[in-house]
Amino acid sequence: MNTTKIIVSACAAFCVALFLPCAAISAGSPERDVPKKFLVPPPPFSEGIFPCSQCHEGMPVNRTPRKLEGMHQNIELNHMPGGWCFDCHNANNRNTLRLANGKIVRFEESYNLCGQCHGTILREWKAGLHGKRTGMWNGEKQYRLCVHCHWPHDPRFKPIKPLPPPVKPSDIK
Amino acid sequence: MSSENKQERGVHRRTFLKGAALGLAAAALPAADADASLWDAFFQKHFKEMNEAEIRKVLERLEREYEEKYKKRITVSNEKPLPGVLYGYGLDLSRCIGCRRCVYACVDENNQSKDPQIHWITVLRFKKGEKWVDLEESEKYYNPAEVPEKEYFYMPVQCQQCENPPCVRVCPTKATWKDPDGIVVIDYNWCIGCRYCMAACPYGARRFNWAEPNRKPEELNPNTHYLGNRPRYKGVVEKCTFCVQRVRKEPGRYPACVEACPVGARKFGNLLDPDSEIRYLIEHKRVFRLKEDLNTYPKFYYFFAYGV
Repeated sequence: MNTTKIIVSACAAFCVALFLPCAAISAGSPERDVPKKFLVPPPPFSEGIFPCSQCHEGMPVNRTPRKLEGMHQNIELNHMPGGWCFDCHNANNRNTLRLANGKIVRFEESYNLCGQCHGTILREWKAGLHGKRTGMWNGEKQYRLCVHCHWPHDPRFKPIKPLPPPVKPSDIK
Repeated sequence: MSSENKQERGVHRRTFLKGAALGLAAAALPAADADASLWDAFFQKHFKEMNEAEIRKVLERLEREYEEKYKKRITVSNEKPLPGVLYGYGLDLSRCIGCRRCVYACVDENNQSKDPQIHWITVLRFKKGEKWVDLEESEKYYNPAEVPEKEYFYMPVQCQQCENPPCVRVCPTKATWKDPDGIVVIDYNWCIGCRYCMAACPYGARRFNWAEPNRKPEELNPNTHYLGNRPRYKGVVEKCTFCVQRVRKEPGRYPACVEACPVGARKFGNLLDPDSEIRYLIEHKRVFRLKEDLNTYPKFYYFFAYGV
């Protein structure tokens, strides 16, 4: 009986030993080498608004959803119906953002917050597909935060004026 | 007997004709301002047959000429194709809003003539939901107050940098060719302006300088490439080169149109690099190439990042 046990455990150990390296390799070489840090310009804050603690420091926190008065009335939330400031902003430290799982995120890494819902877009943004990148095609690339193009409170890209059309042959003198 | 007769004559018919042809050729050159530079330009060898020293001489001559003409220092470089690189381009039709920022960024970067106007990029507008077959039915003069318009989509077209370029085959002077990094380039000093290549290009990507290119010296981009954005002449053909003066460097910048696009619809990279964004989009998105049926193998991929 004992020998059977030994043989079985030996086989099991052998199998594990066989498969471990494979697992290690597949875990060690991810599908795509994505840089952990993305070079982005500073977040596009409104003039003089950051750090938020300038005003919010020591102010009592009112968590009740309501119509804002006195400050921030220009913000009409046209994103995530039924949403409220503290879905994204950190109530305890307004200079930061807060994920649904309680993790604190700096404004410079706000893409992690957007990626909670827009996961596929975040994946493509990391790969360089979604959004604008400038810099070197074979070197350092400058990313943009989601909020550089999409105002987070009303994120749809706003229409712009097109540059003039080409001259028609009939208009050439 | 007859051969003896010929030798007896003072001047052979062949020798006479040769001399006459040379004399006429010399007379055709304007003698008054026949400085060394003009002679050098007239007898410049084919670009691919010149050695490094000869090319350097040509570049120096051009820089001299441009400085005289525009009263401004303009560098003409000749960066060689990078090894292991094949450039590819991606354009996201589901995001392009038809704002023409790329068109004018290209003009600024590549020193096209302002009047007569030359654009290397044409943005076509199509009605959504209609049969989309005939490119000539598209609208390129659209000019609404704001874009995008609800019922239209937009498709910018420029040189597709074909792997099998019909324009190259028809050139009678071999003034245009495909370099190993996949960019189809033009030597403006060898182009004779026959415009065969324009007739051969199925994408309408090539442009002709009907008049002396007109551009203010202060608007000239002084960083130029011999085969790219250096100032052109009257009577030569030009086209998009994927900003050869920017991209053939280590590290090299993105083309001007990529950097200008406000919606990030334009993607650029090395087709031979499995980690490049161009490879990512080819592998993950629905891509197509324009007029694939013509066997031109463009390296310009149109794609849809999200469903339309």
